[in-house]
Amino acid sequence: MPLDLNTKNDLIFRLGEILPPASLITKEEDLKPYECDGLSAYQRLPVAAVLPDTIEQVQQIVKVCSQLQVPIVARGAGTGLSGGALPHEGGIILGLSRFNKILDVDLKSQTARVQPGVRNLAISEAARPFGLYYAPDPSSQIACSIGGNVAENAGGVHCLKYGLTVHNIQQIKIVTIDGELITLGSETLDTPGYDLLGLMTGSEGMLGIIVEIVVKLLPKPHAVSVLMASFDKVEDAGNAVAAIIAEGVIPAGLEMMDKPAIHAAEAFAKANYPLDAEAILLCELDGDAEQLAEQICLVDKTLLNARASNIVIAESAEEQAKLWAGRKSAFPAVGRISPDYYCMDGTIPRKQIAFVLQEISRLSEKFDLGVANVFHAGDGNLHPLILYDANKEGELEKAEQFGAEILELSVKVGGTITGEHGVGHEKIDQMCVQFSPAELTQFFAVKSAFDPMSLLNPGKAIPTLHRCAELGAMHVHNGELPHPEIPRF
Amino acid sequence: MPIKDNDISQDLELFVKESIAAGMPFAIHGGGSKDFYGNPVDAGPLDVTAHSGIVSYDPTELCITVRAGTPLNELESLLAEHQQVLPFEPPQYTDKATIGGAIATGISGPRRAYSGSVRDAILGVQIINGEGEIVNFGGQVMKNVAGYDLSRLIVRSLGTLGLILNVSIRVIPKPERDLSLSFEASQEDALAFFQDLRLKLLPVTATLWKDGKVYIRFSASEKILQSTQQKMASEHKLDEASVTDDFWQNIRDHKDDFFTLSDKPLWRLSLPPTSDNIVRINDPQLIEWGGAQRWVNSNAPANIIHSIASSRGGYATAFKRRQAGCAVFPVLEPNLLHLHRQLKRKMDPHNLFNPNRMYQGV
Ligand SMILES: Cc1cc2nc3c(=O)[nH]c(=O)nc-3n(C[C@H](O)[C@H](O)[C@H](O)COP(=O)(O)OP(=O)(O)OC[C@H]3O[C@@H](n4cnc5c(N)ncnc54)[C@H](O)[C@@H]3O)c2cc1C
Repeated sequence: MPLDLNTKNDLIFRLGEILPPASLITKEEDLKPYECDGLSAYQRLPVAAVLPDTIEQVQQIVKVCSQLQVPIVARGAGTGLSGGALPHEGGIILGLSRFNKILDVDLKSQTARVQPGVRNLAISEAARPFGLYYAPDPSSQIACSIGGNVAENAGGVHCLKYGLTVHNIQQIKIVTIDGELITLGSETLDTPGYDLLGLMTGSEGMLGIIVEIVVKLLPKPHAVSVLMASFDKVEDAGNAVAAIIAEGVIPAGLEMMDKPAIHAAEAFAKANYPLDAEAILLCELDGDAEQLAEQICLVDKTLLNARASNIVIAESAEEQAKLWAGRKSAFPAVGRISPDYYCMDGTIPRKQIAFVLQEISRLSEKFDLGVANVFHAGDGNLHPLILYDANKEGELEKAEQFGAEILELSVKVGGTITGEHGVGHEKIDQMCVQFSPAELTQFFAVKSAFDPMSLLNPGKAIPTLHRCAELGAMHVHNGELPHPEIPRF
Repeated sequence: MPIKDNDISQDLELFVKESIAAGMPFAIHGGGSKDFYGNPVDAGPLDVTAHSGIVSYDPTELCITVRAGTPLNELESLLAEHQQVLPFEPPQYTDKATIGGAIATGISGPRRAYSGSVRDAILGVQIINGEGEIVNFGGQVMKNVAGYDLSRLIVRSLGTLGLILNVSIRVIPKPERDLSLSFEASQEDALAFFQDLRLKLLPVTATLWKDGKVYIRFSASEKILQSTQQKMASEHKLDEASVTDDFWQNIRDHKDDFFTLSDKPLWRLSLPPTSDNIVRINDPQLIEWGGAQRWVNSNAPANIIHSIASSRGGYATAFKRRQAGCAVFPVLEPNLLHLHRQLKRKMDPHNLFNPNRMYQGV
């Protein structure tokens, strides 16, 4: 709902009392950069964008919005891929980009205390002189903010062994919708009471504003090796993933790319990928020299048994960087071969990878849209990139429908609609497929414990039962309507 | 012995619905091995041990889904058959301890500091919620950000937010072999040693200090353990006598003399691992998790113990043998307590589940 003029004027006047003019953006042309996040298919202008640089300002802003009942959408770097930071038409964008300081790096406790707007990669850069690094490394790490990472529980290539954001943070400070500052977690390994730090992680800006984070840092591994295995069949590559894990090895990273992704990445990054392979696996192993030698041996044998047609072992840092460069630039690379692409994010049990990839190529034929697969195979986290052209009538809708079917397939084989990108605005309808009305109601209960008036990023992540009911016709299971208790219109 | 396969979720669901109708709260218990952990609950007991069995287990997925009443020792044996373990090595204070209790209390054992806690390993839960409905959160896959992370919230909620039916847990490969070593060290030297260890990439899976000695467990292949032993021997005067196989199990299960022989209250201090040694009290201490978990048997007044912990950025729990009137958990800040009460009220609107077990109103 748009804001009525009185409230709008009141809001802007009161925000102006808190912030200097340069930190309060209200002109339409200046608001443009905030109209979407990384999922640019959806755009909306907010009433205003504010760029505070102190926690006190955040508290005051939240209090004003709370009094005037104006929605608040927090925004980090705006690289989110699910429309999480998409503005609310009657609300403000609370941008955290000016909270960009690393407050402290401590070797003894192996932690860094940082502001939420700090870029993910900047933390590892600041930790490097101490021989430490921050493990979760989303492909967007040069741009995305640590606050956004916490809000999405972001993952990355190295999460298979070192865990997701939730496993790598110790403490956060949040501003609640009442404007109170609360510390969750601590520098100990546990805290009394409920695990609210865990609950906040991945809550997509709907429970509170994250204003400070203490992250854990790890010592750099002594030795690293990257193996690249080529396969003549996509299914073999999928099965090789399950086989490696079954051997008891947990690689630092285990990524897979199919032929279209290999070709796009090779053209873009010249990584020396085999162009005749149907799929490749990139497997990074690390540890001390001895542990590493043992693992390489085991993985090499497993890959051969799983019918790898060729295995390259990159020992030098340059060779390794080259192999990873292809993977890390896969998204922009695909962006070059297709006018538009739509990135999906379902997670499935590893043993289903081969089957699901077959189904995706079947759907690709059905919708007559290309697809490139590049993903965190070790975690079973798929990223099919659906290729389409937004300028062609109906292609976006077709791509969305294709994506929706992939997500429903993920749920069907025992997985989830999102592994790391979040639900946001984009996948809200698929939430109706994954969760029952009772479960959705439970989510609303949690939300209302933190934000009773639903002002923090309203309308995202959790669909109302009403919305699901309206959608119901799309998802008739066993001839039953999913939400018979809700009146239809 | 195969794990008993018995699904009583329908009965439990009915029980919860009836309790709502009757306005009768209940105190959930599994094997009762951790009954001491939390405030006494003034309500009739609900025994969930009958709800046991493996719902699904596929070792290559590194995930097991199990009913809450399943005994931990049986679960442990099943995983061992497949060369896997629970990363958080949960204590079995008695042989009745269940996985549901391990999840609800969130208490972990020696391995915790090196391969993560209960909440780090949880992938999904099925609970009966405050309206008596069976609901699922999370799942069986490693990454899942659909909806709020209620499975992690259930861990260490002491059964106050819902009745746990099933849990899906991430398991890890069991290392080929364990090697445990010990050497003499003052508490101060032990803490410095633990500090050093954190920056090394040795395959440590447990650390401990008590009675003037450091104990350390490494887990890896034969070959790597050999070289680890050499490294350790070159830096420390290792004890000749080997550490017995059941040493860590006795620590984990509080069967070690330190836990059983004292009649003083047993306190658990959760501290930043970098905290210095505690000299304000004379009572014997046992240090685990590289300094992050410290146990002390002490008659010192509760406020002294709490201030020792809080001055270091940690907190204390009155774990066992509490003095009369002494609360188990430390006081929460008012804002935080308010959030806890809100959450409890929203998730358990009829106030059914273990009322006041954690805090008044929580
Ligand atoms: C090329 C590319 C590659 C990517 N690769 C990965 C990947 O490998 N793994 C992965 O997990 N993601 C990946 N992403 C997605 C995205 O980068 C992550 O979701 C990231 O965590 C978002 O951070 P951000 O700062 O851009 O957040 P934004 O997009 O600004 O916001 C994301 C959500 O977090 C909320 N939020 C932001 N900051 C705060 C705060 N301080 N307090 C409360 N809520 C807040 C917002 O309201 C919004 O809901 C990729 C994106 C791109 C464009």
